[in-house]
Amino acid sequence: MNEQTASKSAAAIDKARAEGRAALVGYLPAGYPTVQESIEAGIALARNGADLIEIGIPYSDPVMDGPVIQAATTEAISNGFRVSDVFDVVAGITATTDAAVLVMTYWNPVMRMGVDEFSRRLAEAGGAGLITPDLVPDEAAEWFDASDKYGLDRVFLVAPSSTPERLDMTVKASRGFVYAVSIMGVTGTRTSVSSAAEEVVARAHAAGADRVCVGLGVSNPDHVREIAAYADGVIVGTALVAALRDGGVDAVGQLTKNLSAGLGRAAAEA
Amino acid sequence: MVDAPTAGSEENAADAFLQGGPSLRNASGPYFGNYGGRWMPESLIAALDEVQDTFEKAKADPDFIAELKDLNKNYSGRPSLLTEAKRFSAHAGGARIFLKREDLNHTGSHKINNVLGQALLAKRMGKTRVIAETGAGQHGVASATAAALLGLECVVYMGAEDCRRQALNVARMQLLGATVVPVTNGSQTLKDAINDALRDWVSNVEHTHYLLGTAAGAHPFPAMVRYFHEVIGEEARGQILEQTGKLPDAICACIGGGSNAIGLFHAFLDDASVKIYGFEAGGEGVETGRHAAAISLGRPGVLHGARSYLMQDEDGQTIESHSISAGLDYPSVGPEHSYLADIGRVTYEAVTDTEAMDAFSLLCRTEGIIPAIESSHALAGAIKIGHRLTEGKEDPSEITVIVNLSGRGDKDVETAAAWFNMLDDEGHVKGTTLSTRKPKGPSDRASEVPGEANSADADEDQN
Repeated sequence: MNEQTASKSAAAIDKARAEGRAALVGYLPAGYPTVQESIEAGIALARNGADLIEIGIPYSDPVMDGPVIQAATTEAISNGFRVSDVFDVVAGITATTDAAVLVMTYWNPVMRMGVDEFSRRLAEAGGAGLITPDLVPDEAAEWFDASDKYGLDRVFLVAPSSTPERLDMTVKASRGFVYAVSIMGVTGTRTSVSSAAEEVVARAHAAGADRVCVGLGVSNPDHVREIAAYADGVIVGTALVAALRDGGVDAVGQLTKNLSAGLGRAAAEA
Repeated sequence: MVDAPTAGSEENAADAFLQGGPSLRNASGPYFGNYGGRWMPESLIAALDEVQDTFEKAKADPDFIAELKDLNKNYSGRPSLLTEAKRFSAHAGGARIFLKREDLNHTGSHKINNVLGQALLAKRMGKTRVIAETGAGQHGVASATAAALLGLECVVYMGAEDCRRQALNVARMQLLGATVVPVTNGSQTLKDAINDALRDWVSNVEHTHYLLGTAAGAHPFPAMVRYFHEVIGEEARGQILEQTGKLPDAICACIGGGSNAIGLFHAFLDDASVKIYGFEAGGEGVETGRHAAAISLGRPGVLHGARSYLMQDEDGQTIESHSISAGLDYPSVGPEHSYLADIGRVTYEAVTDTEAMDAFSLLCRTEGIIPAIESSHALAGAIKIGHRLTEGKEDPSEITVIVNLSGRGDKDVETAAAWFNMLDDEGHVKGTTLSTRKPKGPSDRASEVPGEANSADADEDQN
């Protein structure tokens, strides 16, 4: 991995590692249900044990997302979410917590704003970098330039279907951590974590990745415990979005606390 | 890469390119100028590589070529006719209009060309299941047909709004043993059907091939889908030379994703004298914002795996497209079209719903052919081009134009009947409800539909 720039994501994962545990990465969409509440929910994530926070940009065509996140992001857009609001969400969370805040986004909204401008504004807001579900390194020339210029992390995905060559290339292209997709599918809670996940993590580590986090289908403390045994971080999305939908910010805090118990430590440091 | 031409300089740019540039034929992708590529989740890259590899090997395999040729001839009914539309021509400034009769193919549109090719590839890859998206239902019907023929399971994603507009085609797909999944996300049209098909594909990629129906999407789909449709233009070029002794002055096709168009255009791309026109869906008028004219009014962006012209707002959110034609109701376009637009080789214009329906009616009444509403956009365009090219000509019949009649209009009869005010308040065709005999009672014959396990599955999924 490329470590020439100080990586906020890497620092957050390393801090968890120093405490003898995996890092918890929590996903929530920006602007859901409103911009202000998404900031509060993000803060609740950080205060209850999330080391990294992944803020999703609601997008009209989210092909990697299942029904729960689709419904939330569709609602955010119909509530008037604008892409530039994401910088307010990032700034709102980083101003009050120590969590590393990444933005998860499909590529067209970034392209539309301009990759350089988007990156500059994200860096100004205190963001750590981008997770790009539909951008592979092969198409990322502009993003390489901008992320180097503004010191942002480039989190690309690897999948059980990735060939050794692609896995190697993607690990080298990434900075901060590598996002290992646990299963061939879209976001959503699942009853068990695929055994493919452990193998992908092992392959990514073997390819030189220092930090590999696992996402897709992770929804409860048992999953977290299972993954924390072999990965550097555990990513939870849909379950948190459902908690926010059903129980508001408090429910997000409570679930985060429960999930972080799966990392094997006493919850809540703040 | 040649700079995009300014308005009015399109012919010069095209000529300059053709005189000095390399051939425009057989562009292999992944990039067409600045367009195309693979803006896709990593999870699907291996599958795209597999498709590409299988396709490249198949193209070089005489057995595959022979198998495809045999199916095209003895199953689809190729070559399709090139019919001179003599009475229609009088309405196009007197230019001689020739119709490439893709409507006469088995299943009623050009879509069969691509699905047979891709279904054969699916078999070669050892896949047992194909999925497809459909707008008008033509690609869904064609996919269900090819799947039945080759013994593959078939699931078709179709926007719920399109299911309503094209109910007849839903029934056709089910009769053919396919499962039709109505998509209720977003605008409930073609783009949302593609989203759901992609979600299915990423989850089932091990045994499933995504039989994408248009020359769009991630590499290798644009180049591969074009390849399977190139037969349209190759036949048409030979046929027009035979019938008129010369190349046409212009060729026309409608553009949604752009598969029928690129299939016709390809054979003529290097013929500098042939003007090429693509007609996008102008919906209620491009000034209303309710249209599907991605090239005319969009700007480059990424959707469904390719960089191309795209209808998007200031935030990069896809704008919902609008067209009376379900098959053209797509907010982007195949990347090769974006490239051909930028270099000025092809001129893209918008045709409104009204213009298309006028042309629909005209073809019905002058030629005895009911065209698909998609194809009616090309017919409306041909009327404009005919007038334009014959202007000031002493003998307008010197001008010849080929129109790709990409599909037949049987599926559109209900939409057309509503458009032409042929329905009563209950939605029945006026004058058809005068009988006083009681209708025969409802009988559920689903169990009598011939077929195997699939038809039962389909019923369950529909409930």
